[in-house]
Amino acid sequence: MTVDISTSVSLAVRDVHLAFGSHRVLRGADLDVARGGTACVIGPSGSGKSTLLRTINRLIEPDRGDVLLDGRSVLADDPDALRQRIGMVFQQFNLFPHMSVLRNVTLALRRIKKLPEEEAVALARSQLELVGLAGKADARPGHLSGGQQQRVAIARALALQPQVMLFDEATSALDPELVKGVLGVMADLAAAGMTMVVVTHEMGFAREVADTVAFMDHGVVLESGEPAAVFEAAEHPRLRRFLAQVL
Amino acid sequence: MDPLRTLWETFFDWESMREALPEMLTVGLPNTLILAVSAALLGSVLGMLLAIAGISRTRWLRWPARVYTDVFRGLPAAATILLIGVGLAPLGMQVWGPNPYPLGILALSLIAAAYIGEIFRSGIQSVEAAQLEGARALGFSWGEAMRMVIIPQGVRRVLPAWVNQLIALIKDSSLVYFLGLVASQRELFRIGQDYAATTGNESALLLAGLFYLALTVPLTHVVNAIDARLRHGRAAKPADEIDDADLALPGAAGGSGR
Repeated sequence: MTVDISTSVSLAVRDVHLAFGSHRVLRGADLDVARGGTACVIGPSGSGKSTLLRTINRLIEPDRGDVLLDGRSVLADDPDALRQRIGMVFQQFNLFPHMSVLRNVTLALRRIKKLPEEEAVALARSQLELVGLAGKADARPGHLSGGQQQRVAIARALALQPQVMLFDEATSALDPELVKGVLGVMADLAAAGMTMVVVTHEMGFAREVADTVAFMDHGVVLESGEPAAVFEAAEHPRLRRFLAQVL
Repeated sequence: MDPLRTLWETFFDWESMREALPEMLTVGLPNTLILAVSAALLGSVLGMLLAIAGISRTRWLRWPARVYTDVFRGLPAAATILLIGVGLAPLGMQVWGPNPYPLGILALSLIAAAYIGEIFRSGIQSVEAAQLEGARALGFSWGEAMRMVIIPQGVRRVLPAWVNQLIALIKDSSLVYFLGLVASQRELFRIGQDYAATTGNESALLLAGLFYLALTVPLTHVVNAIDARLRHGRAAKPADEIDDADLALPGAAGGSGR
């Protein structure tokens, strides 16, 4: 996998708070990812993992706190411009079903990056090649397996040459036999030096690929550190309880 | 005379039909199509604006759209056509003269827009929120995401209901006769009605009815064809299409060169 790591940035989430009405989803969450590093966010359902991810690219605006890319706050930026620099991959892929696979990838290249048609198509085809789906360019997403759809979604995000990639339970909706292919693409990306935040239930992936594992519970990052430290020497009882349930 | 025979001749007097046919074809049919097609275009554009206003986050767009829809959907079409066609006639007179068509088309469009707006709105709202999120995550603004991703999907889902509304429009176009039409402005219904009134025989009106059916029945089949196609288009066959690429690690395993 070839990723232009010269554009990778470090990422920091500082004391992010968010409430939906009286429900406090995030209560001062912090997260640090070094340039080119991969952070895996683990934790029970409803702990605020997906919401935290969405505050990073401002799909959800935090009530309080800050998000920094290379030490610079993103909250003053135009959110649409910010999202072009941050790729995101969703649990349900969110491909556009009324367009071909190729057009799913070229749409933002043409309409946002204003690339000419041939250039966008060439770039999209090379991205699809990287995820092993060059042959599916003309298919509709609905005719692809879940694993193939998710790899198209990754190609679509990568085509915009993001500085950070966010993965929101990217393999949770996949049949077990399709998970490996998608995790493989993600591992390649991490190895190539992309800065990534990965919300996942795949503890094996977190252990092998992550530089940092962050455990979230009740809207805060309770504990974080190197995978070995988190998985083998967890300090917090709630993390220990969580690991006992999932491992 | 045999009452059954009288009845038959009241509706199926070929002579009356043949007499009315040329005018139906050269005057009535084109006029009906002008009214229906113009109102369909204008009504669909207005309906789309209403649909977008109806899902807006600003109540100053949402409420007027709601009130508009309730009013124009709740009034009898005949009343709306008269209110607009007669009520605005003095104004229309200054802009385009005594021709009742512009106001007739406007009235038909305003009625159709109320229904089409609801059809489009329900289609747009049926598109999963995740689609909007997916588009926004790529850097599209709300407007771009709606235009390129949400609205095309939503409209596709309600095409059959939209075509049904066009059928209603073809039928309602007969109501502009309320506004007073000169001979060359008469549409199918009015021509049939005029022949029926002068001859005391309903055959010409029945012929007009056959013209309406010739327009609307094919459209209902178009609806069904669209519906079937969307259904089959949606029904993917993933099982056949999955190949072993899923089981490989594409980058690492070099599986990408396939």
